[in-house]
Amino acid sequence: MEIFVKKRIKAIKKGDQNAYADIVDLYKDKIYRLCYRMLGNRHEAEDTAQEAFIRAYVNIHTYNPNMKFSSWLYRIATNLAIDKIRKKKPDAYLDEEISGTDGLTMYSQLSSSEASPEETLESLELQETVQKAIEKLPEKYRSVIVLRYIEDLSLQEISEILDLPLGTVKTRIHRGREALRKHLGHL
Amino acid sequence: MKCPHNIVNLMHDYLDGDIEPNDAKILREHLQQCSACADHFNGLKKTVAFIQHASHLIPPADFTARVMAKLPKEKKMIRMRRWLQNHPFITAASLFIILTIGSLFTTWNEQRQFSVSAHENVIIRGHTVIVPKGEVVKGDIVVRNGSIKIEGKVEGNVTVIHGEKYLASAGQVTGELEEINQVFEWIWYNIKERVKDVMEVFE
Repeated sequence: MEIFVKKRIKAIKKGDQNAYADIVDLYKDKIYRLCYRMLGNRHEAEDTAQEAFIRAYVNIHTYNPNMKFSSWLYRIATNLAIDKIRKKKPDAYLDEEISGTDGLTMYSQLSSSEASPEETLESLELQETVQKAIEKLPEKYRSVIVLRYIEDLSLQEISEILDLPLGTVKTRIHRGREALRKHLGHL
Repeated sequence: MKCPHNIVNLMHDYLDGDIEPNDAKILREHLQQCSACADHFNGLKKTVAFIQHASHLIPPADFTARVMAKLPKEKKMIRMRRWLQNHPFITAASLFIILTIGSLFTTWNEQRQFSVSAHENVIIRGHTVIVPKGEVVKGDIVVRNGSIKIEGKVEGNVTVIHGEKYLASAGQVTGELEEINQVFEWIWYNIKERVKDVMEVFE
Protein backbone atom coordinates (compact mmCIF):
# COMPACT_ATOMS: atom_id res chain seq x y z
CA MET A 1 0.00 0.00 0.00
CA GLU A 2 2.74 2.46 0.95
CA ILE A 3 4.72 1.32 -2.07
CA PHE A 4 1.68 1.76 -4.28
CA VAL A 5 1.22 5.31 -3.02
CA LYS A 6 4.94 6.11 -3.42
CA LYS A 7 4.93 4.93 -7.03
CA ARG A 8 1.87 6.98 -7.80
CA ILE A 9 3.39 10.07 -6.27
CA LYS A 10 6.53 9.63 -8.32
CA ALA A 11 4.42 9.45 -11.46
CA ILE A 12 2.40 12.50 -10.43
CA LYS A 13 5.59 14.47 -9.79
CA LYS A 14 6.65 13.63 -13.32
CA GLY A 15 3.33 15.09 -14.42
CA ASP A 16 1.19 12.02 -14.96
CA GLN A 17 -2.26 13.21 -14.01
CA ASN A 18 -3.94 9.84 -14.35
CA ALA A 19 -1.92 8.48 -11.46
CA TYR A 20 -3.60 11.04 -9.26
CA ALA A 21 -7.03 9.49 -9.83
CA ASP A 22 -5.82 6.43 -7.91
CA ILE A 23 -4.75 8.61 -5.01
CA VAL A 24 -8.11 10.40 -4.95
CA ASP A 25 -9.94 7.08 -5.01
CA LEU A 26 -7.84 5.77 -2.19
CA TYR A 27 -8.37 8.68 0.21
CA LYS A 28 -11.63 10.30 -0.84
CA ASP A 29 -13.74 8.52 1.79
CA LYS A 30 -11.48 9.58 4.62
CA ILE A 31 -11.07 13.15 3.48
CA TYR A 32 -14.76 13.59 2.74
CA ARG A 33 -15.69 12.13 6.14
CA LEU A 34 -13.26 14.46 7.88
CA CYS A 35 -14.67 17.48 6.06
CA TYR A 36 -18.24 16.46 6.75
CA ARG A 37 -17.63 16.05 10.46
CA MET A 38 -15.75 19.31 10.66
CA LEU A 39 -18.36 21.29 8.73
CA GLY A 40 -21.59 19.37 9.31
CA ASN A 41 -22.79 20.04 5.80
CA ARG A 42 -22.51 17.75 2.79
CA HIS A 43 -22.32 20.50 0.23
CA GLU A 44 -19.47 22.24 1.98
CA ALA A 45 -17.84 18.93 2.79
CA GLU A 46 -17.70 18.00 -0.87
CA ASP A 47 -16.35 21.38 -1.92
CA THR A 48 -13.73 21.35 0.77
CA ALA A 49 -12.66 17.76 0.12
CA GLN A 50 -12.31 18.53 -3.59
CA GLU A 51 -10.34 21.64 -2.87
CA ALA A 52 -8.05 19.67 -0.56
CA PHE A 53 -7.28 17.17 -3.32
CA ILE A 54 -6.69 19.90 -5.86
CA ARG A 55 -4.34 21.72 -3.49
CA ALA A 56 -2.45 18.55 -2.78
CA TYR A 57 -1.99 18.00 -6.51
CA VAL A 58 -0.87 21.53 -7.23
CA ASN A 59 1.57 21.48 -4.30
CA ILE A 60 2.76 17.92 -4.75
CA HIS A 61 6.35 19.14 -5.05
CA THR A 62 6.25 20.46 -1.51
CA TYR A 63 5.25 17.05 -0.15
CA ASN A 64 7.97 15.62 2.05
CA PRO A 65 8.15 11.84 1.55
CA ASN A 66 9.28 11.35 5.16
CA MET A 67 5.72 12.11 6.17
CA LYS A 68 2.90 9.69 5.50
CA PHE A 69 1.02 10.88 2.44
CA SER A 70 -2.29 10.45 4.23
CA SER A 71 -1.04 12.69 7.06
CA TRP A 72 -0.13 15.37 4.56
CA LEU A 73 -3.58 15.13 2.96
CA TYR A 74 -5.24 15.28 6.37
CA ARG A 75 -3.24 18.39 7.17
CA ILE A 76 -4.38 20.15 4.01
CA ALA A 77 -8.00 19.14 4.51
CA THR A 78 -8.04 20.06 8.20
CA ASN A 79 -6.57 23.49 7.53
CA LEU A 80 -9.08 24.12 4.74
CA ALA A 81 -11.97 23.01 6.94
CA ILE A 82 -10.82 25.27 9.78
CA ASP A 83 -10.62 28.18 7.32
CA LYS A 84 -14.16 27.44 6.20
CA ILE A 85 -15.44 27.31 9.76
CA ARG A 86 -13.86 30.68 10.50
CA LYS A 87 -15.26 32.26 7.37
CA LYS A 88 -18.60 30.60 7.71
CA LYS A 89 -21.37 33.04 7.10
CA PRO A 90 -24.65 32.74 8.93
CA ASP A 91 -26.63 32.03 5.76
CA ALA A 92 -27.35 28.36 5.49
CA TYR A 93 -27.62 26.29 2.35
CA LEU A 94 -31.28 25.95 1.47
CA ASP A 95 -30.75 22.75 -0.43
CA GLU A 96 -28.94 21.13 2.44
CA GLU A 97 -30.60 18.02 3.75
CA ILE A 98 -31.02 17.63 7.44
CA SER A 99 -27.83 15.95 8.48
CA GLY A 100 -28.22 12.31 9.35
CA THR A 101 -31.21 11.56 7.17
CA ASP A 102 -29.89 10.43 3.84
CA GLY A 103 -26.78 8.82 2.44
CA LEU A 104 -25.81 7.55 5.83
CA THR A 105 -24.75 4.00 6.22
CA MET A 106 -25.97 2.85 9.53
CA TYR A 107 -23.50 1.21 11.73
CA SER A 108 -23.17 -0.94 14.83
CA GLN A 109 -26.39 -0.47 16.79
CA LEU A 110 -28.42 -0.87 13.60
CA SER A 111 -26.59 -3.87 12.29
CA SER A 112 -29.45 -6.21 13.12
CA SER A 113 -32.02 -6.15 10.35
CA GLU A 114 -34.86 -6.38 12.86
CA ALA A 115 -34.27 -2.86 14.08
CA SER A 116 -37.69 -1.31 14.57
CA PRO A 117 -38.56 2.05 13.00
CA GLU A 118 -38.55 3.60 16.46
CA GLU A 119 -35.04 2.38 17.03
CA THR A 120 -33.97 3.67 13.63
CA LEU A 121 -35.46 7.05 14.34
CA GLU A 122 -33.85 7.15 17.71
CA SER A 123 -30.55 6.34 16.13
CA LEU A 124 -30.96 8.98 13.42
CA GLU A 125 -31.72 11.48 16.11
CA LEU A 126 -28.67 10.31 17.95
CA GLN A 127 -26.57 10.75 14.84
CA GLU A 128 -27.78 14.27 14.58
CA THR A 129 -27.16 14.97 18.24
CA VAL A 130 -23.61 13.66 17.92
CA GLN A 131 -22.93 15.83 14.89
CA LYS A 132 -24.40 18.90 16.57
CA ALA A 133 -22.22 18.29 19.61
CA ILE A 134 -19.12 18.07 17.41
CA GLU A 135 -20.06 21.28 15.67
CA LYS A 136 -20.37 23.08 18.99
CA LEU A 137 -16.71 22.43 19.70
CA PRO A 138 -14.28 25.25 18.97
CA GLU A 139 -12.32 24.29 15.84
CA LYS A 140 -9.05 23.51 17.62
CA TYR A 141 -10.80 20.84 19.68
CA ARG A 142 -13.01 19.78 16.83
CA SER A 143 -10.11 18.89 14.56
CA VAL A 144 -8.34 16.71 17.12
CA ILE A 145 -11.57 14.94 18.10
CA VAL A 146 -12.49 14.24 14.48
CA LEU A 147 -9.01 13.00 13.65
CA ARG A 148 -8.91 10.85 16.78
CA TYR A 149 -12.39 9.30 16.75
CA ILE A 150 -13.77 9.65 13.24
CA GLU A 151 -10.52 8.94 11.43
CA ASP A 152 -9.22 6.68 14.18
CA LEU A 153 -5.70 8.12 14.14
CA SER A 154 -3.09 7.81 16.87
CA LEU A 155 -2.10 10.79 19.00
CA GLN A 156 1.32 10.65 17.39
CA GLU A 157 -0.15 10.93 13.88
CA ILE A 158 -2.43 13.77 14.92
CA SER A 159 0.53 15.64 16.36
CA GLU A 160 2.30 15.21 13.01
CA ILE A 161 -0.74 16.25 10.97
CA LEU A 162 -1.44 19.37 12.97
CA ASP A 163 2.23 20.07 13.59
CA LEU A 164 1.60 20.39 17.32
CA PRO A 165 3.49 18.92 20.28
CA LEU A 166 2.05 15.63 21.53
CA GLY A 167 1.21 17.25 24.88
CA THR A 168 -0.91 19.91 23.19
CA VAL A 169 -2.79 17.27 21.22
CA LYS A 170 -3.48 15.38 24.44
CA THR A 171 -4.73 18.46 26.24
CA ARG A 172 -7.02 19.33 23.36
CA ILE A 173 -8.43 15.84 23.20
CA HIS A 174 -9.04 15.87 26.94
CA ARG A 175 -10.84 19.19 26.76
CA GLY A 176 -12.73 18.14 23.66
CA ARG A 177 -13.92 14.98 25.37
CA GLU A 178 -15.01 16.91 28.43
CA ALA A 179 -16.94 19.39 26.32
CA LEU A 180 -18.65 16.60 24.40
CA ARG A 181 -19.49 14.77 27.60
CA LYS A 182 -21.64 17.71 28.64
CA HIS A 183 -23.83 17.14 25.56
CA LEU A 184 -23.62 13.41 25.12
CA GLY A 185 -22.65 11.88 28.45
CA HIS A 186 -26.16 11.87 29.88
CA LEU A 187 -27.89 10.23 26.86
CA MET B 1 -15.26 11.19 49.93
CA LYS B 2 -12.30 13.18 48.77
CA CYS B 3 -11.36 12.59 45.13
CA PRO B 4 -7.68 12.61 44.13
CA HIS B 5 -7.01 15.97 42.44
CA ASN B 6 -5.78 14.44 39.19
CA ILE B 7 -8.46 11.76 38.86
CA VAL B 8 -10.00 13.31 35.74
CA ASN B 9 -6.58 13.39 34.11
CA LEU B 10 -6.20 9.71 34.89
CA MET B 11 -9.53 9.04 33.18
CA HIS B 12 -8.25 10.77 30.06
CA ASP B 13 -4.94 8.98 30.21
CA TYR B 14 -6.90 5.76 30.40
CA LEU B 15 -8.99 6.73 27.38
CA ASP B 16 -5.83 7.66 25.49
CA GLY B 17 -4.49 4.21 26.28
CA ASP B 18 -1.31 5.47 27.92
CA ILE B 19 -1.96 5.16 31.63
CA GLU B 20 0.73 3.89 33.99
CA PRO B 21 -0.19 0.58 35.69
CA ASN B 22 0.07 2.30 39.05
CA ASP B 23 -2.30 5.07 38.01
CA ALA B 24 -4.69 2.54 36.52
CA LYS B 25 -4.90 0.88 39.91
CA ILE B 26 -5.60 4.21 41.64
CA LEU B 27 -8.32 5.01 39.08
CA ARG B 28 -9.97 1.60 39.34
CA GLU B 29 -10.05 1.68 43.10
CA HIS B 30 -11.40 5.20 43.24
CA LEU B 31 -14.15 4.55 40.69
CA GLN B 32 -15.38 1.62 42.76
CA GLN B 33 -15.84 3.89 45.74
CA CYS B 34 -16.94 7.20 44.24
CA SER B 35 -20.19 7.20 42.25
CA ALA B 36 -19.75 10.81 41.07
CA CYS B 37 -16.42 9.99 39.45
CA ALA B 38 -17.82 6.72 38.08
CA ASP B 39 -20.62 8.71 36.41
CA HIS B 40 -18.12 11.14 34.99
CA PHE B 41 -16.03 8.30 33.65
CA ASN B 42 -19.04 6.50 32.14
CA GLY B 43 -20.14 9.74 30.52
CA LEU B 44 -16.74 10.06 28.87
CA LYS B 45 -16.74 6.46 27.68
CA LYS B 46 -20.24 6.84 26.28
CA THR B 47 -19.27 10.04 24.51
CA VAL B 48 -16.33 8.33 22.86
CA ALA B 49 -18.53 5.42 21.79
CA PHE B 50 -21.11 7.78 20.28
CA ILE B 51 -18.50 9.66 18.30
CA GLN B 52 -16.76 6.50 17.15
CA HIS B 53 -20.02 4.99 15.99
CA ALA B 54 -21.09 8.04 14.10
CA SER B 55 -22.41 6.90 10.77
CA HIS B 56 -20.11 6.94 7.82
CA LEU B 57 -20.87 9.14 4.93
CA ILE B 58 -19.70 8.26 1.48
CA PRO B 59 -18.70 10.91 -1.04
CA PRO B 60 -20.77 11.10 -4.25
CA ALA B 61 -19.89 8.52 -6.90
CA ASP B 62 -18.46 11.08 -9.31
CA PHE B 63 -16.20 12.65 -6.70
CA THR B 64 -12.93 11.49 -8.27
CA ALA B 65 -14.03 12.46 -11.77
CA ARG B 66 -14.93 15.93 -10.58
CA VAL B 67 -11.60 16.42 -8.87
CA MET B 68 -9.77 15.24 -11.97
CA ALA B 69 -11.79 17.64 -14.15
CA LYS B 70 -10.75 20.56 -11.98
CA LEU B 71 -7.03 19.85 -12.00
CA PRO B 72 -4.83 22.18 -14.01
CA LYS B 73 -3.94 20.80 -17.45
CA GLU B 74 -0.98 18.49 -17.43
CA LYS B 75 2.03 19.03 -19.63
CA LYS B 76 1.53 18.14 -23.28
CA MET B 77 4.66 16.01 -23.33
CA ILE B 78 3.29 13.70 -20.67
CA ARG B 79 -0.04 13.33 -22.39
CA MET B 80 1.69 12.52 -25.65
CA ARG B 81 4.04 10.06 -24.01
CA ARG B 82 1.13 8.23 -22.39
CA TRP B 83 -0.74 8.16 -25.70
CA LEU B 84 2.30 6.69 -27.43
CA GLN B 85 2.70 4.11 -24.70
CA ASN B 86 -0.88 3.04 -25.19
CA HIS B 87 -0.53 2.75 -28.97
CA PRO B 88 2.82 1.05 -29.63
CA PHE B 89 1.97 -0.17 -33.11
CA ILE B 90 0.82 3.20 -34.41
CA THR B 91 3.87 4.73 -32.80
CA ALA B 92 6.23 2.36 -34.56
CA ALA B 93 4.44 2.75 -37.88
CA SER B 94 4.33 6.54 -37.76
CA LEU B 95 7.95 6.71 -36.68
CA PHE B 96 8.88 4.62 -39.72
CA ILE B 97 6.85 6.81 -42.04
CA ILE B 98 8.26 10.02 -40.60
CA LEU B 99 11.82 8.79 -41.00
CA THR B 100 11.20 7.56 -44.53
CA ILE B 101 9.53 10.75 -45.68
CA GLY B 102 12.15 12.81 -43.91
CA SER B 103 14.98 11.07 -45.66
CA LEU B 104 13.20 11.34 -49.01
CA PHE B 105 12.71 15.05 -48.65
CA THR B 106 16.38 15.38 -47.93
CA THR B 107 17.41 13.41 -51.00
CA TRP B 108 14.85 15.28 -53.10
CA ASN B 109 16.33 18.59 -52.07
CA GLU B 110 19.95 17.52 -52.20
CA GLN B 111 20.07 15.84 -55.56
CA ARG B 112 19.88 18.84 -57.80
CA GLN B 113 22.73 17.96 -60.08
CA PHE B 114 22.27 16.23 -63.38
CA SER B 115 22.88 12.53 -63.51
CA VAL B 116 22.04 9.65 -65.70
CA SER B 117 22.31 5.96 -64.94
CA ALA B 118 23.15 4.66 -68.41
CA HIS B 119 26.17 5.74 -70.42
CA GLU B 120 26.39 3.20 -73.18
CA ASN B 121 24.90 4.03 -76.54
CA VAL B 122 23.65 7.44 -75.44
CA ILE B 123 24.74 10.96 -76.20
CA ILE B 124 24.76 13.49 -73.42
CA ARG B 125 24.35 17.10 -74.47
CA GLY B 126 24.21 19.51 -71.61
CA HIS B 127 21.37 18.35 -69.46
CA THR B 128 19.78 16.29 -72.15
CA VAL B 129 20.30 12.62 -72.75
CA ILE B 130 19.77 11.48 -76.28
CA VAL B 131 19.19 7.93 -77.37
CA PRO B 132 20.11 8.26 -81.03
CA LYS B 133 18.28 6.66 -83.92
CA GLY B 134 19.26 3.06 -84.47
CA GLU B 135 20.85 2.65 -81.04
CA VAL B 136 19.53 0.14 -78.53
CA VAL B 137 20.00 0.73 -74.77
CA LYS B 138 19.71 -2.45 -72.75
CA GLY B 139 18.47 -1.89 -69.22
CA ASP B 140 16.70 0.88 -67.34
CA ILE B 141 17.58 4.54 -67.62
CA VAL B 142 17.11 7.02 -64.80
CA VAL B 143 17.70 10.67 -65.56
CA ARG B 144 17.85 13.19 -62.73
CA ASN B 145 17.53 16.91 -63.26
CA GLY B 146 17.67 16.58 -66.99
CA SER B 147 15.62 15.58 -70.03
CA ILE B 148 15.72 12.60 -72.29
CA LYS B 149 15.09 12.42 -76.01
CA ILE B 150 14.44 8.95 -77.27
CA GLU B 151 14.90 8.39 -81.00
CA GLY B 152 16.21 4.87 -80.73
CA LYS B 153 15.12 1.97 -78.59
CA VAL B 154 15.29 1.37 -74.85
CA GLU B 155 14.83 -2.18 -73.62
CA GLY B 156 13.72 -1.37 -70.12
CA ASN B 157 12.09 1.37 -68.05
CA VAL B 158 12.82 5.05 -68.46
CA THR B 159 12.38 7.36 -65.50
CA VAL B 160 12.89 11.10 -65.62
CA ILE B 161 13.13 12.92 -62.33
CA HIS B 162 12.84 16.68 -62.46
CA GLY B 163 12.96 16.83 -66.20
CA GLU B 164 11.09 16.09 -69.39
CA LYS B 165 10.90 13.16 -71.74
CA TYR B 166 10.58 13.37 -75.52
CA LEU B 167 9.70 10.26 -77.34
CA ALA B 168 10.25 10.58 -81.06
CA SER B 169 7.85 8.77 -83.35
CA ALA B 170 10.55 6.27 -84.17
CA GLY B 171 11.64 5.93 -80.53
CA GLN B 172 10.66 2.91 -78.55
CA VAL B 173 10.61 2.01 -74.84
CA THR B 174 9.78 -1.56 -73.98
CA GLY B 175 9.19 -0.87 -70.28
CA GLU B 176 7.47 2.02 -68.52
CA LEU B 177 8.18 5.61 -69.35
CA GLU B 178 7.80 7.87 -66.33
CA GLU B 179 8.31 11.49 -65.53
CA ILE B 180 8.52 12.60 -61.89
CA ASN B 181 8.32 16.27 -61.07
CA GLN B 182 6.52 16.40 -57.73
CA VAL B 183 7.76 15.57 -54.30
CA PHE B 184 4.90 13.21 -53.71
CA GLU B 185 5.45 11.40 -56.93
CA TRP B 186 9.06 11.15 -55.94
CA ILE B 187 8.06 9.64 -52.60
CA TRP B 188 5.68 7.25 -54.25
CA TYR B 189 8.33 6.25 -56.70
CA ASN B 190 10.78 5.62 -53.86
CA ILE B 191 8.30 3.59 -51.89
CA LYS B 192 7.59 1.48 -54.96
CA GLU B 193 11.30 1.00 -55.50
CA ARG B 194 11.84 0.01 -51.91
CA VAL B 195 8.97 -2.40 -51.93
CA LYS B 196 10.39 -3.89 -55.10
CA ASP B 197 13.77 -4.24 -53.42
CA VAL B 198 12.19 -5.88 -50.43
CA MET B 199 10.25 -8.26 -52.66
CA GLU B 200 13.46 -9.18 -54.44
CA VAL B 201 15.05 -10.02 -51.13
CA PHE B 202 12.21 -12.37 -50.36
CA GLU B 203 12.16 -13.98 -53.74
